Amino acid sequence: MNQLEILRFALRGLLANKMRSALTTLGILIGVAAVILLVAVGEGSSQSIQKNIQRLGANTLTISPSFSGGGGGGGFGGRGPGGGGGNTGPRTQARQLSLADAKALTDRTLAPSVRSVSPVVDASSSTAAYGAASHTIAQFVGTYPSYFEAMNKPVAKGTYFFNDDVLAARKVVVLGQTVVEELFGTVDPIGRQVSVSGVPFTVVGVLKESGSTGMQDADDVAVAPLPAVQQSLSGFGSLGSIVVQATGAEATTAAQAEVTAILNQRHGITDGNADYRVLNQATLQETVSEATGTFTVLLGAVAAISLLVGGIGITNIMLVTVTERTREIGIRKAIGAPRGAILGQFLMEATLLSLVGGLLGVLVAFLGTRFTVAGIEPVLVPSSVALALGVSVGIGLFFGSYPANRAAKLRPIQALRHE
Amino acid sequence: MTAPATATAAPVLRVKDLVKEYGEGDAKVRALRGISLDVERGDYLAIMGASGSGKSTLMNILGCLDVPTSGTYQIDGSDVGRLAERQLAILRNRRVGFVFQSFNLIPRMSALANVELPLVYGGVAPAERRSRALAALEQVGLTDRVRHEPNQLSGGQQQRVAVARALVTAPALLLADEPTGNLDTASTRDVLQILDRLSQSGRTIVLITHEDDVAAHAKRVIRLVDGEIVEDRRQAPVDGQPPRTAASEPA
Repeated sequence: MNQLEILRFALRGLLANKMRSALTTLGILIGVAAVILLVAVGEGSSQSIQKNIQRLGANTLTISPSFSGGGGGGGFGGRGPGGGGGNTGPRTQARQLSLADAKALTDRTLAPSVRSVSPVVDASSSTAAYGAASHTIAQFVGTYPSYFEAMNKPVAKGTYFFNDDVLAARKVVVLGQTVVEELFGTVDPIGRQVSVSGVPFTVVGVLKESGSTGMQDADDVAVAPLPAVQQSLSGFGSLGSIVVQATGAEATTAAQAEVTAILNQRHGITDGNADYRVLNQATLQETVSEATGTFTVLLGAVAAISLLVGGIGITNIMLVTVTERTREIGIRKAIGAPRGAILGQFLMEATLLSLVGGLLGVLVAFLGTRFTVAGIEPVLVPSSVALALGVSVGIGLFFGSYPANRAAKLRPIQALRHE
Repeated sequence: MTAPATATAAPVLRVKDLVKEYGEGDAKVRALRGISLDVERGDYLAIMGASGSGKSTLMNILGCLDVPTSGTYQIDGSDVGRLAERQLAILRNRRVGFVFQSFNLIPRMSALANVELPLVYGGVAPAERRSRALAALEQVGLTDRVRHEPNQLSGGQQQRVAVARALVTAPALLLADEPTGNLDTASTRDVLQILDRLSQSGRTIVLITHEDDVAAHAKRVIRLVDGEIVEDRRQAPVDGQPPRTAASEPA
C-alpha cells in the first residue's frame, strides 16, 4: 500500500462528489485570497502613506502656534513642588509666532543643527483670477525661498523667487499644477499676471506635480514671497507657522531640542506648557507606520476568520463524507485495509481540498493585487502568501484529522451494519 | 507473520468456547453460548440455523470483523485474539476471503477495480494485481464484464464479482454469509457451482445458509440453535468430492 494508491483513492473520493468538493474548496479559496489580498491592501496603503509623508519634506520640523489649555502630561515636570496643579489656568503670556522668532532660529551658535528657517503665512481660500477664469486656491503661502527645498517642492517650469524678491516684496508667485490647469488650461502661465483677491501677481514658476495626499490636493497651492503676501492678503500679523529644515536626517531630534530651547526662552516658557507646537516629520512617520501596522493586522485578522470558517467547512464536509461512506469503509476494512490506509485516504482528501483551495486562493490574490482597490495599490507581501498557504494546508490536516480518525477507528462490523 | 502451521498439525480454523454477548445488564443477549469447532483444510462446511440463532455473529467473528466476548479463535494456528489491529488487517487481507449476502461491492468502481482492491491493500504491484484480478474474474466467468460498475451488473454477477474479490488473495479460508440469500434460482445455481468447483480444487469453505438446498452442497453441516451447536453432520469426507457435484454437473 503506497502513497500513490492512497492519493488515487482520495482523488476518486473527491471526484465522486464534484459539486461538494468544489464548494468546500471555494471556502478555503476565499479565506486564503482574503488574507493575502487584505494584507496586501494594508501594506499598500501603509506604503502610500509613508510616501506621502516623505513628500511633505525630509528632515523638517513644522512649528505652529498652540492655544490649547496645556493639558499635556509633560507640563508638570518643570514646576516646583506644590505647584503641580496650577498649570491649567489662563495663560497670560501666550504669544503668537513672530518673524523675530523665525530670525532667532537662524542663530548658528544656538541652533547648529538648523539648516534653514522659512516663516510661513497662509492666506487660505484666496480667489485667483486670470481673464475670465477664477479659482479658489486652497493654500496660498507666503514664505522665503528656502521653503521650496524644505517642503520638497521642486519647480517644473520657470524659476523660484529669490531673496531679492522677498526683500523687495515683489508680487511674484509660483503656482501648483492644479491652479495652473484651472486658470490657464494649456496656456503657458510663465510671465503672466494673475490677480489674487484683486492684487496682481506675476507667475514666475510652476511646481512639479506631487499628487494628491488623500483628501487634500497637494497641487492646489500657490507660493509667493512673505512680505508680498503680508502686504496684500494676510496683513503683518503673526506667522501661521515656521518650517525648519534640519541639516540631516539624524539631526532632526537635535534641531527640535534647539528650536524648543530658543522658543521657550523667547516666549518666557519655564513650565513646559508651551504656546507652540513642534511637529517632527520623523516622529510623524513612526506614528503613522505604527498605526498602519495595526490596521494591516486588523485586516489580516478579519481575513483569518474567513479562513477558519473555510476550515470548519472542510471538517463538516469530511464528517458528512465519512458518515455517508461508512459502509464503504467497512467493506475496505473487511477485505484487509489497515487503519493507516483509511486514515491516509481521508486525511489526503481533506488536505487536497485545502491545498487546491489554497493554491487557487493564491492565484486569485495574485490577480487581485494587480488592480487598484479603493485608490490603494496593493503590495503583495510574500510572507503572507506562504503563511496563508501553510495555514490552509494545516487546516486541512487539522480539521480533516477528526473525521479521518473517526473513519479509521470504526470496527468493520459496525461500519458494515451502518445503513 | 507467524510461520504457517503444517496442514496436518493444525486445522484451518479452531474455535474454543466462543461466547458473544450484546448489551448490558437486563438487556444482555447471549448470541453465542460456547461454540467449539474445528474446520479441517479442504472442508466445505455449511452452518445452518434460524434467524437469531447466532450464525451471522459466528461468521463475523470467524471473518475477524467482530471480536468474541470470551473464548479463543485460531486461524492457521495463529491466535486471532492476541493480534494487534495491524496484524488483524493483514490477516483479513491474506488469510480470509469474505462473501457477503448483500455483495458489498464498492460503488462507482469497476468490477476489476473491486477485485483488485484487496491486492492494493496487500501491497501487490499493479501489473501483477491486474493479471491476478483478471484470473479471479475468469474463474467466476465474468471476463466480459470487467469494466462494468456494480450498478451495471445483475445481482448474480455482483455476487460472482464478490466471490472473485474474496478469492483473489488466495486465502486459506473462504467465508460466505448467505451468499445466495439475495439471488434468484439461476444465479444461486451459478454461485453454488462456483463454490463447489472451489471446494473440488481444495479450498476451505465455510458458508451460512438457512436453505437445505444450499446446505446439501456442503461436505459437513452444523446446525445452530440459540447460540449452541445442536447438530454436526458429515455428508462427505473432507478429502472427497462435494456431495452435489455429480448431481449438478450434468444440468
